[in-house]
Amino acid sequence: MKNNFVKISVAAALLITGMTGLTGCSSEKGEASGSVDSVSITNVSYDPTRELYEAYNKIFAEHWKEKTGQDVEITQSHGGSGKQALEVANGLEADVVTLALEYDVNAIRDAGLIEDGWVSEFANDSSTYTSTIVFLVRKGNPKNIRDWNDLVNDGVGVITPNPKTSGGARWNYLAAWAYADKLYGGDEAQIKDFVKKLYQNVLVLDSGARGATTTFVENGQGDVLLAWENEAYLSIQDYPDDYEIITPSVSILAQPSVAVVDKVVDDRGTRDVAAEYLQYLYSDEAQRIAGDNYYRPSNADILQEYAGVFNLDINLVTIQDFGGWDEAQTKHFADGGVFDEIYEKSE
Amino acid sequence: MHKESKGSKAVKILLISISVIFVFLMLVLPLITVIAEALKQGFEVYIKAVADKYTVKAILLTVEATLCAVAVNTVFGLFAAWAVTKFRFKGKKLLCTLIDLPVTVSPVIAGLIFVLTFGRQSPLYPLLESLDIKIVFAVPGIILATVFVTFPFISRELIPVLESQGTDEEEAAALMGAKGFTIFTKITFPHIKWAFLYGVVLCAARAMGEFGAVSVLSGHLRGKTNTLPLHVEILFNEFKYVPAFAVSSILVMMAVLILIAKSVVEYIGKRESENVR
Amino acid sequence: MKRANKRVIPGFGLSMGVTLSVLSVIVLIPLASLAVFAANMSLSDVIDTITRPRVLASFEVSFITAFIASLINAVMGVVLAWVLVRYDFPFKRLLDGMIELPFALPTAVAGIALTSLTADTGLVGGFFSRFGIKIAYTRIGITIAMVFIGIPFVVRAVQPVLEKLDPAYEEAAVVLGADRGKIFRRVIFPEIMPAVFTGFGLAFGRCFGEYGSVVFIAGNKPYETEITPLIIMSELQEYDYSSASAIALVMLFASFLILFLVNLIQIRNSKILKGGN
Repeated sequence: MKNNFVKISVAAALLITGMTGLTGCSSEKGEASGSVDSVSITNVSYDPTRELYEAYNKIFAEHWKEKTGQDVEITQSHGGSGKQALEVANGLEADVVTLALEYDVNAIRDAGLIEDGWVSEFANDSSTYTSTIVFLVRKGNPKNIRDWNDLVNDGVGVITPNPKTSGGARWNYLAAWAYADKLYGGDEAQIKDFVKKLYQNVLVLDSGARGATTTFVENGQGDVLLAWENEAYLSIQDYPDDYEIITPSVSILAQPSVAVVDKVVDDRGTRDVAAEYLQYLYSDEAQRIAGDNYYRPSNADILQEYAGVFNLDINLVTIQDFGGWDEAQTKHFADGGVFDEIYEKSE
Repeated sequence: MHKESKGSKAVKILLISISVIFVFLMLVLPLITVIAEALKQGFEVYIKAVADKYTVKAILLTVEATLCAVAVNTVFGLFAAWAVTKFRFKGKKLLCTLIDLPVTVSPVIAGLIFVLTFGRQSPLYPLLESLDIKIVFAVPGIILATVFVTFPFISRELIPVLESQGTDEEEAAALMGAKGFTIFTKITFPHIKWAFLYGVVLCAARAMGEFGAVSVLSGHLRGKTNTLPLHVEILFNEFKYVPAFAVSSILVMMAVLILIAKSVVEYIGKRESENVR
Repeated sequence: MKRANKRVIPGFGLSMGVTLSVLSVIVLIPLASLAVFAANMSLSDVIDTITRPRVLASFEVSFITAFIASLINAVMGVVLAWVLVRYDFPFKRLLDGMIELPFALPTAVAGIALTSLTADTGLVGGFFSRFGIKIAYTRIGITIAMVFIGIPFVVRAVQPVLEKLDPAYEEAAVVLGADRGKIFRRVIFPEIMPAVFTGFGLAFGRCFGEYGSVVFIAGNKPYETEITPLIIMSELQEYDYSSASAIALVMLFASFLILFLVNLIQIRNSKILKGGN
């Protein structure tokens, strides 16, 4: 008698799980790619590129239609760069990734989804546009912030996201480090002290770049926001009377990376369209879209067209000055790294 | 209504005012903020945001996940409450605790465990891949996460009521020869129907609003795996504050609809029971 | 008698079977994979990870704020449930309906709405900042966000029990000359006690793990307003699954412990009640 009950119950349980699975699966049907007249790809990207790819996807769809006669549908996914990389490594089916850091693409490579040598697959180290870190201050610059050393003054409230959770914030941190490095001629103790003072002035350490912008712009916290150049220009565009951009004397050249996810495109048979999607980012048309969205085009001629927009005289260090991402990551941002140390001592 | 002394009237007024002020400050004010922001740029912008193609897809996905969560948890909740309150067995406390656990698991962890179980790092992954079943970063994952976070809601509403009711009536009925199903529908269910209703309402409301766990599992594919809360987040991150609040207000309205439905059922039910008396 | 109990009411096997199978699929197996991942580390590594000063500080922040928030919720929850069940007043239904709204509002939206309300520039925050009290980006802000998300748990746990409570007991007590405070302490409180504990436990667990709404209002400064789920998130960003799993396990264990204690009290309490009857 008891056995019967157990049987019934197991059957019931299976039924329930089966039902859940089916409802899910049924809605998944019919989205496989590869029919003759249409193809679909997924572009997994990071937070600030939404507007850029919205515009780019349109011209790419036209380009692809012209070239092959196929309609292409591009699904976008945006989020924190590290989180996005992690999801791709865990099975999110992305045909191409366009992330904030080389380090994040390497994480996908380490999961076995992208082949070695992806960096040299496209021009300029697979970086189709660059950006840098600037300051966004309130109109009239009431605290008279001109350069990094003004950020460590008493009473200056700084807003920047947490480098541990935000890719963009790592660029902020490294840019500050680069400035102090020049200022103190490489004396590490003094550099650390400078960066520590800067982070003591941080009022809110948001988890992502967009969250930090909201804190500064919408909730009125702090005197200066360390921001991506393109984000700063977007805020100026939305609120021209409220903010100013200050370009510091030293900043860092942020090189977002693009790559084809080899395993996924081979499984789905979408390599051609995925590769062309990234290649076409280097076309003059696409480079201008990047410029219009306040990214610095990697094509030098087109960058010159935007000389009126960007401060091209800025002194930019690159990640190579920090020995590459792996080294910077281990030294500064890993557990027990310099960033942890800075906060540990301020306690 | 029993007679009230002067003192009790003062207490009544005091308690009601405390409640009203508390609810106003903690619950109503944030809602007003949401609605005010949603309508800031006028009704047209609002309608445009709500009728957006991606918004509609997100609504459908949210409804699907909510229905699944309510269905699974109803079946589970009824059986679990019956098992826990009508019988004595070893490990009951442990079982109760395990049932409650999902509510207290951080949504971040809830998402993480499903990624670990069904993602690429899992031993199950090759099997799922060969069967062409996608769980994480697809709709089934979202449903699983939603079921998980709302898991104890129905059983948790039922257990205290059944507990305080005791087992005498069921025992009597069983001794008189009634079958399990009959006992349940004739004796137990009338006692628990309001608690059950609360449970379903809680479960549905919570399922609609779940963000953290779903966010870890969804992959944020626009128009494919975006639920309403995720869509709100996306709009926020695009600095589209007004549409973001507009989409949030859809969630608020869905919740209000469920709550109205609940009140109506409750009202009819109470009137019927009065007529019987 | 207790043994006979088990035999009298039918459906033990079926209800236990369903309960255990669903529990395993949705809760136990995924949670087990968390333990498997944490087991990749040696014990001393696990201890090193969870005793890092920043992690310890985040436990403290999460625990204290969640505890205070759940206390507020327990008191206000009982008051609200009492008012909703025992008194009649205009707009009572509306008040009743508001209770679930924190669930339906995505936590991220709640966080953003609360932050804009309580920041120095907001309606509520502006008022308090005149007295030098900062709400958003402090622990007070975290507590408020937690009160917001936790309130339905207590109200909805206590309400059904109060509704079922027969006013005859109280009337009898009044006739016997007991004053209101005594009635509440002796007659009502013991009855609703288990439900209050359940609500408190669930609210605490939920607050302890909350991520979506708290990150917006918290300020996230290490040692001051950094909550544990955020630490887990940052471990995940660094692809450090093992550390994340280890910290997640500690949180899981803490919520398990609290729930277990709550259930212990609850079951003992219902035993006392039954013995008394």
